[in-house]
Amino acid sequence: MNELVFFINNVVISGSVSGSIYAIGAIGVTLIFSIMRFAHFAHADMMTFGAFMVLLLTTAFPAAGASLGVPTAVLMLPLAMLLTASLAVGIDKIFYKPLRAHGVKPIVLVIGSLGVTLILQGLIRLFSGTGGQSLYVDDRKEIFRLALPFEGARAPIVVTEPQIYLFVITIVAVVALHLFLNRSRLGKAMRAMSDNPELAQASGINTNTIVAVTWMIAGALAAIAGTLLSLDVTFKPDLSFFLLLPIFAAAIVGGVGHPYGAIAGGFVVGFAETLAVFNWNVLLRPFSDSLPAWLELPSNLAFVGTEYKIVVPFFILVAILVWRPTGLFKGKVI
Amino acid sequence: MSNSEKTRNPAYTPQEAAPGRRFPLRELILFGVLLVAILAVYAIMGAAYSTRMLVEAACYAILALGLTIQWGYAGQFNAGVMGFVALGGFCAMFFSVPVNDAFWGTALPGEFGRVLLYGAAAIVLIVGASKLDRLGVPKPLRTFITVVLGLVLYLVVISQLREVTDAIENQAGFVGGLGLPPWIGWIVGGALAGGVGYFIGHICLGLRSDYLAIATLGIAEIIKAFLKNSDWLTRGTATVSPLPWPTPGPAELGFTLSRAIYLSFTAVIIAVIFFLLNRAYNAPWGRMIRAIRDNEVSAAAMGKDINKRRLEIFVLGCILMGLGGGILGTFNSLFDPQGYLPLNHTFLVLVMVILGGPGNNLGTIFGAVAVYIIWIMSEPLALFLMQLAVAFGEGAFGWDAPSNMDSRALQARVLVIGLLITMVLRFAPKGLLPEKIKSHG
Repeated sequence: MNELVFFINNVVISGSVSGSIYAIGAIGVTLIFSIMRFAHFAHADMMTFGAFMVLLLTTAFPAAGASLGVPTAVLMLPLAMLLTASLAVGIDKIFYKPLRAHGVKPIVLVIGSLGVTLILQGLIRLFSGTGGQSLYVDDRKEIFRLALPFEGARAPIVVTEPQIYLFVITIVAVVALHLFLNRSRLGKAMRAMSDNPELAQASGINTNTIVAVTWMIAGALAAIAGTLLSLDVTFKPDLSFFLLLPIFAAAIVGGVGHPYGAIAGGFVVGFAETLAVFNWNVLLRPFSDSLPAWLELPSNLAFVGTEYKIVVPFFILVAILVWRPTGLFKGKVI
Repeated sequence: MSNSEKTRNPAYTPQEAAPGRRFPLRELILFGVLLVAILAVYAIMGAAYSTRMLVEAACYAILALGLTIQWGYAGQFNAGVMGFVALGGFCAMFFSVPVNDAFWGTALPGEFGRVLLYGAAAIVLIVGASKLDRLGVPKPLRTFITVVLGLVLYLVVISQLREVTDAIENQAGFVGGLGLPPWIGWIVGGALAGGVGYFIGHICLGLRSDYLAIATLGIAEIIKAFLKNSDWLTRGTATVSPLPWPTPGPAELGFTLSRAIYLSFTAVIIAVIFFLLNRAYNAPWGRMIRAIRDNEVSAAAMGKDINKRRLEIFVLGCILMGLGGGILGTFNSLFDPQGYLPLNHTFLVLVMVILGGPGNNLGTIFGAVAVYIIWIMSEPLALFLMQLAVAFGEGAFGWDAPSNMDSRALQARVLVIGLLITMVLRFAPKGLLPEKIKSHG
C-alpha cells in the first residue's frame, strides 16, 4: 500500500501540479498563436514577471493576507494579473505592433519575441538578483498529510497549501475562459478572428480590440501560472528557458490555436514528465518475491534521470510533429 | 546626333544595362571604424588581451556565417546555436585530450562495448517488431507489441548503461580523449552538428517556421543537459583542461605570439569558408535558395524541391556552427559544459547576423567582430555604470545597495542585447550592410 501512496504523491499529485501550470501557460501561447499567428517566446518570461510582481507586492505588504486567512501572495495575485496584462498590452504596442504593421513574416515576430524575452529577463534579474526567493515572506507554507484508511498504509498522501490553491485556481480559470469564449460577445469575436481574420474584419469586428484582449488574457493567465509555480517551489528569475519547451510542446500536442487542446496537452506533458522520471522499481518491489530468480531488478528503473527531464517534452514534441503535426485535437493553424 | 540621344537614354548605355560595381563606400567606412576600434582596444587593453578578443571574434564569425546562411539565405531561424557550438566544443575536447589509461587499460571499454552491442541488438529487435504486420499480425497489435517491447528493452539497456557509466566514473574518472590532433575533432564536431541538424530539419522544415525555432531551442538545452550530466564522458561540472592547440601553445611562444598564430590560422579558415560561400551564393544553387526564400510557391512551381534544398542549407549552417564551436573550444583550452549559455552562444550570434546584414557574408563578418568587441567592452562599462548608480543612490537617498551588484550589472547586458534585437528588427531590418539584390533582367 505504501508503494501506491508513493505513486500517488510522486506521479498523480506532482503530475497534476506541473500539468496545471503547463496547461495555463499553453492556453496563453495558443491564444496568441491563433490570433496573431506566431509562437510567442516571451510567454515564460511574462510568467516570471507576474511572479516577480507578486514577490514585490508581498514584500511590500507582508501581513496583508493574515487578516483574511490566505497567504499574502495569493491575495496579491489579482493585482499582479492586472499588472502583467498591462505589461503584455504595452509590449505589443511597443514591439510587436510596428512589426505587424510592416507586414513581416511571422518568424520575424518570433525573433522579436526572443528579444523581448531577453529584455524582460534582464530587467527581472537587474531588480531581483539571480538567486531564488520564496513567495512566502511572512506566512507559513501549510502541508496537509492525509492518512489513508487502509491496513498497512503508513505513509500519508502529502498535499501542500499552494498545490490546493493551484488546483482551485486552475479550475476557476478554465471555467471562466470557457464561459468567456462561448458566451461573451468578445469571446465569440475572438474565435471568429482566429478562424478567419479577413472575414472577421470585414464583418465589423475591431481587430485591434481583439488583439489587446488576447494579450490581456494571455498576460493574466501567465501571471497565474508563474505565481503558482513560484509558490509551489521558489521564485527564480531563470525559470523561463525550462518552461518554454514544455509549454510549446503542450500547445502543439493539443493542436495549436485550440484552447481546450492546450489544457489536455498541458496535462499530457506534465504527466509524461513525472511518469518518465518516476522510479518504477518502487511499484515492482512488492512483487519481487514472485518474480523469477534470473530477473534481478536494478534499483533505478526510471526512464530518464531528473536531470534529463527536459528530454521528455522534446520527445513528445518530435513525436507529435512526426505523426500528427496538427495535434491531437486538430488545431486550426499549422 | 543619334549617338547623343542614345547616351541620354539610360536604357541604351551598356554600363547601366549591366550594373557595374558600385564604389563600396559604406563597407569602407564601416570597416574603417571597426579598425579604429580594434586599434583603440589594442592601445588600452594590451596586445595579449586584444589578440585573444580577436581570435574569439573570429570564431564567432564562423558561427555567424553558419547562422547567416540559415537565416539570411534561406529564412530559417535557428534558436539553438548554443547546442551545435557545444557539440563542436565537445568533439574538439574528446579527440584532442590525451588518452586516459585508467580507462583503456581496464575491462571497462569491453563492458561499454557490450552495452553498445546490446543497444544495437535492441534497436534491431524493435525495428523488426515494427515490421510484424508484414507477417500478417494485425496493425494495432503490432503497434502495441512494438511500444511495449521498446519500453522494456529501453529500460534494460539504460540500466546496463547506468551501471557501466557509474563504474567508469568511479574507477577511471572519465573516458578521456583520443589523443588525436584537434582539427580531426573540429571536422567530426561539424559532422555531428550537421547530423543533429539533419534530424531536426528533417522533422521540422516541412512545417511552419516557428516549429523549427522551438525544436532547435529544445535540442540545444538537451545537448547542454547531456554534456553537463554525463560525468563519465565529459567530467561534467569538473571541466576538462587544458586542450592542446594545433598551433604552438602559449607555453612555448608567449601569449601574444601564440594567439596571433592561432588568429591567422582561424583567419585562413574564415577566408576559405567565405570564398566558398560567395561562390555558392552567386552560383545557380544560391539563386535557387534565394528564390525559395523569397517566394516559395513560385519556386515550387518551377520544379524546385523546396524541402530538400531547405534541409541542405540548414545542415550546412549547422556544420559551420559545429566547426566554429570546435575552434572556439580548443582556443579556450577548457571544456566547461556550464559555460555554454543561450545568451553568449545563441543570442549574441543572432545579434551579429541581424545587425551585420543577414544574407551578406561580409556584413556578417563585420557584425561578428563589431558586436563581439562591444560585448567584451560592455563588461567593464556595465560594472562602472552600476558603481556610479550605486554611489549616486547612496549619496542622494541613503540607499543601501545589495551586495551582489556586480552580477546584476552583468545581467543588465541581457537587457541591452534584447533591446538591440528588437530595435534592429524595427528600424534596420536589413542590417548595416544589407544583402545586395542583383537584378538579372
